Amino acid sequence: MKVTIDGQSIEVEPGTTILQAARMIGGESVPPAMCYYSKLKGSGGKCRCCLVEVSKGSEADPRPMPKLMASCVTGVMDGMEVKSISSERVLDARKSVTEFLLINHPLDCPVCDQAGECDLQNLSFKHGAAKTRFIEEKRTFEPENIGPYIQLHMNRCILCYRCVMTADQLTDGRVHGVMNRGDHAQISTYISKAIDNEFSGNMIDVCPVGALTDKTFRFKQRVWFNKPYNAHRDCDKCCGKTTLWMFGDEIQRVTARKDVYHEVEEFICNECRFEHKDPADWVIEGPRKFEKDSVINQNNYTRELKPVKIETEKNILLGRDIDRKKISMKDVPLDAEEMKELKEGNV
Amino acid sequence: MSIETVSLSGRKKEVSNKKMTFAESLYLVAIFKGLMITIKHLFKKKVTIRYPEQARPLSPVYRGQHMLMRDEEGRERCTACGLCALSCPAEAITMKAAERTPEEKHLYREEKYASIYEINMLRCIFCGLCEEACPKQAIYLTKSRVMVKPSSDREDFIYGKDKLVMPLEMAIKNTQNQAAN
Repeated sequence: MKVTIDGQSIEVEPGTTILQAARMIGGESVPPAMCYYSKLKGSGGKCRCCLVEVSKGSEADPRPMPKLMASCVTGVMDGMEVKSISSERVLDARKSVTEFLLINHPLDCPVCDQAGECDLQNLSFKHGAAKTRFIEEKRTFEPENIGPYIQLHMNRCILCYRCVMTADQLTDGRVHGVMNRGDHAQISTYISKAIDNEFSGNMIDVCPVGALTDKTFRFKQRVWFNKPYNAHRDCDKCCGKTTLWMFGDEIQRVTARKDVYHEVEEFICNECRFEHKDPADWVIEGPRKFEKDSVINQNNYTRELKPVKIETEKNILLGRDIDRKKISMKDVPLDAEEMKELKEGNV
Repeated sequence: MSIETVSLSGRKKEVSNKKMTFAESLYLVAIFKGLMITIKHLFKKKVTIRYPEQARPLSPVYRGQHMLMRDEEGRERCTACGLCALSCPAEAITMKAAERTPEEKHLYREEKYASIYEINMLRCIFCGLCEEACPKQAIYLTKSRVMVKPSSDREDFIYGKDKLVMPLEMAIKNTQNQAAN
């Protein structure tokens, strides 16, 4: 099936969504996604960040779709034409969605441990307005303790349901979910029961905002001051491939490896994540690369610096021969006649 | 005029050792001319000042020593977000964050605070980027004329929170002034 996104065509399998097709093309036209997660079944369709304009439904029915479509849950049709970043309506919708997501967000990035690798931060940086229009009081929740490893900040949550799906699909018997409805909806555990599962730590990586963060890393370091390394260890529960966030010789945090869309490549177990903070436990493969404009690259002098060499003709920096003679240099002494003229003077 | 006699810089002066006349060799005219210049300058406005008794006015954009501010209730504003250290071109700032306990609510404004905040004054170039980056209006470069106190020990130039945080009396005075206005 052929689909055209922002003028770029690609052949895809039937059943692919517009978002997946856009990711195959890559570049600027990939819609942002806050709730969709390619590794989790049934995710997507909630945050409305990925809205796109379908300017031609399909080859059989070329009428445009009247409303903007959520690209993560809309399947492609043969001959479909989609406008993502090239559409004024889409950019306007993204701006509005960002504003809506930020209505109840506490905007406490200076305190939040997710700052620097936060999807909501990136979204509002790219698509949001610089100023808030919201003057009412923000919705707040009582802080809740959900176990020794994971810190829950319900105020920051955007209800993307990713963590619920992770718990559902990765672990047996999930103990947390979304309680209440509407404005009161919140992530919580059943009567504050501690989340205690081998793979529960993946909720931290999956969370697009700072609602679920690593308690063992709480306030330890800003992410951009850490040095991220790819590392692995033999683990009988998971693949053991992780990113270590080092400060000096100290491992401050262990996370799974995330791809360009900040999605986990392979889920890791809690033992790897929380219990191995000794560098001797790991085989370090090398520094981890991040996208060019990521703040994590700041102050890491990993780029090789080459000495500057000026490619010029020989002696060009000394000047032309006649000029050198004029500015009476030592190398070009005066001859006898010139000397005599100088002595006598021209008065 | 040939290329050899043209002055490229325009400042070329031919020097000659021509014989002086008797009047010229007395130097009377030359000495008088020179003295006139000296006397003229005696009546001109002085360009120097008597430092340190006098001091020049500071420029409106003068940047002196840093200060970590307190808010109206005397709590520290800094939350150790690290943006000052990130923006610092000289990499002079280091910090360590800690979590506020319920008993410390009157000391720090947010749930996170800087337990260690150090500026290496030997590295600092007083560019003011930290002040610009701060999202909490916590760090300011003051108008203090003393930028860094001299010392012979390098350790003395690493300023910790004891030297940087605004004194509590100053915060109280500021709040009183604000209330009076």
